[in-house]
This record gives sequence, structure tokens and C-alpha cells, in this order.
Amino acid sequence: MGRTSHMSDVVIRVENLYKEYRLGTIGQGYLFRDIQSGWAKIRGTKDPNARIGSVNREQLNSTNARFCALKEVSFDVRQGEVVGIIGRNGAGKSTLLKIISRVTAPTSGTIKIKGRVASLLEVGTGFHPELTGRENIFLNGAILGMHKGEIEQKFDEIVRFAEIDKFIDTPVKRYSSGMYVRLAFAVAAHLEPEILVVDEVLAVGDVAFQKKCLGKMEEVAKEGRTVLFVSHNMTAVKALCSRGIVIEDGQIIFDGDTSKAVDFYLGSKRLSEDRSIPVAERKREHGCSLRAKIVDITVISDGQRNPKIIDPFKPLIIQMKVESGIDLRCAAEIRISDEMQSICLFDSGYIHGQDIFVKPGMNIIECRINPLKLYSGNYLIYCGLVIHGTEVIDRVENAYSFSIDECDPNKTGFNIQKGGNGFFYVDHEWKCP
Amino acid sequence: MEIRSRSGWFDIDLSELWRYRDLIFLFVRRDFVAYYKQTVLGPLWFLLQPLFTTVVFTIIFSRVAQIPTDGLPPFLFYMSGTVAWTYFASCMTQTSNTFITNAAIFGKVYFPRLVVPISVVISNLIAFAIQFGLFLAFMCYFYLTGSDIHPNIWLLLVPVLLIQMAALGLGMGIVISSLTTKYRDLTFALGFGVQLWMYATPIVYPLSQIPAQWQWLFALNPMTAIIETFRYAFLGSGAIQPWVLGVSFAMTILILVIGIVLFSRVEKTFMDTI
Repeated sequence: MGRTSHMSDVVIRVENLYKEYRLGTIGQGYLFRDIQSGWAKIRGTKDPNARIGSVNREQLNSTNARFCALKEVSFDVRQGEVVGIIGRNGAGKSTLLKIISRVTAPTSGTIKIKGRVASLLEVGTGFHPELTGRENIFLNGAILGMHKGEIEQKFDEIVRFAEIDKFIDTPVKRYSSGMYVRLAFAVAAHLEPEILVVDEVLAVGDVAFQKKCLGKMEEVAKEGRTVLFVSHNMTAVKALCSRGIVIEDGQIIFDGDTSKAVDFYLGSKRLSEDRSIPVAERKREHGCSLRAKIVDITVISDGQRNPKIIDPFKPLIIQMKVESGIDLRCAAEIRISDEMQSICLFDSGYIHGQDIFVKPGMNIIECRINPLKLYSGNYLIYCGLVIHGTEVIDRVENAYSFSIDECDPNKTGFNIQKGGNGFFYVDHEWKCP
Repeated sequence: MEIRSRSGWFDIDLSELWRYRDLIFLFVRRDFVAYYKQTVLGPLWFLLQPLFTTVVFTIIFSRVAQIPTDGLPPFLFYMSGTVAWTYFASCMTQTSNTFITNAAIFGKVYFPRLVVPISVVISNLIAFAIQFGLFLAFMCYFYLTGSDIHPNIWLLLVPVLLIQMAALGLGMGIVISSLTTKYRDLTFALGFGVQLWMYATPIVYPLSQIPAQWQWLFALNPMTAIIETFRYAFLGSGAIQPWVLGVSFAMTILILVIGIVLFSRVEKTFMDTI
């Protein structure tokens, strides 16, 4: 690809890009311990810092402890294209943008770029709380690569765009968070780079401001400049981009028309499900009596069957297809956990006295769940059939995986991530009574 | 422009660094403004710090320990050493955490990473100028009250000494900052190391007090020649030999080059390890 297009209008040419990360830290992070381990090796004694039961460090540092964030990524971007880059969390999108904006270097492969790249990886970089708005405009502008003259020329426009005229000589530590973000974005937006890289910036600021940002991006695109846009907001991607690139597991799996790319992305779960082993044929743990068997699992959300991405504010239906040779009274169980296997939710029919009656032949057992309001992240579903206290009939671990890409209950621009924040959003209100 | 994996040993683009000179000066300004806005006494600290150190040294090393000062007024002897040493030491310690303290910025935008340590060295020049002014004032006072001091032609070498201290501080600082991305405990060792290095440099004692068979060892310390020359130029007493100055100069260049090589290797991928 790319060879046929003329280099004259190609502004970014990515060729055979690889990015490898070593898993874990290199060495142990402490000179003292490295010397200690080295000394132990010389004397032939046991490494005092080796983890009990762990593999030898040499082995750990070899190929199997590497993680390939990008593999064989090649594409061209022409002058004036607005490219949406979509993919799940951890697919490699951000790594790609980081390499393009030179924050980190690729392991191998090259990128040829014509013109200045401005990344809005995160706005407000280098703002110092003690400095005034004016001082920060100059400092931040220079960090982003603007010359002094250039900043002076655009100064008034930046202040107007940020709507902070009155506070321009106030230290930014006294700004409200809204003002701060507005000022930060205003500087970045006036950079006028040939290539603009935007990653999730729209996640900051209020709705009115988001509109302004989208407007600015559109303006930049109309001026014939190139934009790379990474977002989980499919509506914004469809509205703004002329081309979509879907990345999965560090590889480009789709490159083309935006709406086709979005459909491909949203539907790609089904593809990967087809590839994997059907639920019926998966290996079961010991102890399952298998008097009845779960042969399929279907997840329905927002009218879609087996979606890869689930809207946390829509009800969820989990269907188990159970094949049985006999009449059986049992309880069905589900468990939702995150990819680290922390349990977020567990429910079993016996807790509520809601036993089900399985009949010979095929049965559909359905669990309807009110909106889960789970925070963004990747989740796994487990399904099982049990007779409480006496028998495990069937159990399927990791029966289904899904992810939540956006959890922004109040549309404030915060995409709440699971982890430090817990798992679920619960309706609540702040007041001064 | 082309982005590729890290390559070469001396991968520093000087013309690019020059294009970012505005940023260097904005960082200098930021450091200075932020520093004096956050302290009660503001720039007065720059004066108090060497003054206190000098007074303490005078009492302990001159009065109590009775270490000779080459016939110079002890106060001036210690102050000249302290002022020069402070510049070098603060350049080194403040550039030594470049990667760790700037991880947030470096993780988001690209600009030549060397901009940060260079701006630190320049910011410290402001503090040095203030402290140097204080030293000159005391020197004039002692001179006019008839003390035995002789400023001489070696004064012409002072700007060179200053550049050399900046280069040495920068070199050491970026060596350490490159290593701290891998070894965090070096940060703790540094504070201790600086202290030791100071006592290994003729600051609280004159070089003439060192037995002849150990002089070569002191010559290996690049700061020895700098401090002795600095003191000799202003006060006219000391035991400096040109070859020691030559060794010091060569060591400085060596350390700076090692620093830049290490720095350029680390700067491209340190974001993956931090």
C-alpha cells in the first residue's frame, strides 16, 4: 500500500511500525539490589531478590516477557484527511499516537512526517499554577513548539477563545477547572500545526465547550490540515472523520470509510467469537455433573445481540441455552468480573428462591438485569447451573467478554474508569442543604 | 522529518535545540518566578544561604578546628568556595531528576529533552549572580579595610571557570538523571554524594594543606582546580598548577560527553520504563 500514492500529498507515512514493551520493570529499579543479585551470581549463591517460585530472571527477560503493542502497522495519511482511529482500550491506538507525536520511539519501523505535529494528547501540559494566564500562554505555547512571535500574534485570539479576558493576569491556581481547561485548549487550538493529533480531549470540559472543540477541529480540517482523532465517541468519529482505521491487538484490522469502520468495530466481537471455540465444546472443570449442559450464551443489550461494547445505562439480558436429557430443578448463576477476575457482581437464583425448571431438550434461561452502570473497562461473564449445596451441573468460566468504553452518567465529560473508582455508578446528588 | 528507533551514539540535534531557545528562557523565567512566589523572603534566600554557610564554616573550621586559610581572611576564603561550589552543586542536583520530575510533561509532548537541564543551569546562574554580588561586596569591604588580598590577571579566567562549572554540573546531572530512570535509589545517594564531594574539594581547607604525595588524587577531582583558581583570581593566594587545570578541563569535557551520550539514549524510550 501507499506505493501508488504520490509522496507529494502524503503527510504521514507509517511503515512497518513495531513497538515492543518489556513486561515488568527492567532490572529491579534499585542499583543496590542489582548489585546484590550480581554478587550472589558471582558467588554462586541464591539471588536474594528472586521471587519464590518464579522463573529465572534471564528467562523472564527473554522473548516471552515482551508485549507487542504495535505490529506491522503501515498506512499513509494524505494532506487534509481527517482520520478516526478506533479500537478497544489497550488496542494500541494511544501507543501509535505517542510515537507519531515523538513521546516515545518505535522499536522498529519508520514514520515520515511532513510538517509540524501538535498533539492534544492531553491539554494543559506544563501549566504552572503560580504563573499567570498570560505567562502560561507563552510557556505552554513554547512547549507545544510555537515561537514567541507566533504566540504574540495569536495572543488576543487565544484569550478571546478561552473567555478569560478579566483573569489574564491572575495566577492560574485561582482559576476554576473550567477556565483552566478552556485556556489550555485555546493555546493548543491556536497552534495551527500541519498535523493535529487529538486523543480523547473531548473527555474534558462541559458540553458547550466540547461543541466548541469539535467546531475547532472541523475548522482545522476545513482549512485543509490533517487530523488524527482517537476517540471512543463513535458519533463524533462518524461526524468528523473521512476515514476510519480500526486497531485491534496492535494491528490494523480495517482501514477505509468511517461508517464502515465504526460498524466493523462494533461488530468485531461477533467475528472473534466465531473464531473461538463454541461454548458447548469448551473444556469444563472437574466436578461438573453435566446432567444438563450450557451450549450457548447470548448477551443482548440495546437491541444488539452479542455486542462487544455495552452501554452501561441500558438494560442487559444474558441468555443461556441449556441442553438437558431430563427434568431438573436447579438454580442458574451469573457472575460479572473484570479482566483481573475481581468479582463485580454475583447472582444465583437460589439466593432469591427463583429456581428454574429445565425440561428435556433445549431450554432458554434468561436473566434480565437493570442498567448495571458499570464504569469503563473490560469485563467477563461467567455462567453456571447448580443445585445449591449438592451439585454443580455445569460451569462456564469466561463465557463472554465485553467492554464498556464510556461511562459518563451526567455528561460532564468524565469517563469514569473502573479500578480506583470502584465498579458501579450509583445515582447521587451533591447539595448544600 | 523521520521517526525511527533510537540509533547512533551521539544523537543530539543541536539546530533543533537552538530553535527551542525561547522555551529555554521561558523555563528559566518560570523557575525563577515560581521560586520567589513560593517563599516568604523571596530572592533574599539566595543571599541568606551562602551567608549562613560561610558564618558556620568560619566558626567551625577556622575558629574551632583552626584550619589555616593560606593567610587569607577566613570569611572571604570560605565564601569564595561556598559561592562557587553552590552553583556547581545546585546545577548537578537540580538536573539530576530531570526525567522523574518532568515525566508528566515528557509523556505528553515532544520537545528536545535537553531543554530542561539547560534551562536549570541558566536559572541557577541568576542565583549565582546574586550570591556572587554578595561576595564582591564583602571582598571590596575587606580590600578597603586593608586585608591582604590581591585580585589579579587570573580574573580573566573566571568566565571560563563559570562555563566549566555549568558544563560539569550539567554533565554530572544528566548522567545521574539518565541512570535514575533505571535506578531510583541513586536519588538518595546523591544528596550524600554531593556532601562527600564537597569535603573532597578544597573548600573548607586550602589545597596547600594536602601532602604532596596526595596532590595527584585531588587533581583528578575537576572541582579542585576550579575552586582553587577561582579563589586565586580574586584573593591572590592558592596552590594551583596549570596541569591540574588542564586535567580538570579534560575531565569536564569527558563527563559532559558521557552525559549527552547517556541522555540521548535514554530520552527516546524512558517513557516506557518510568
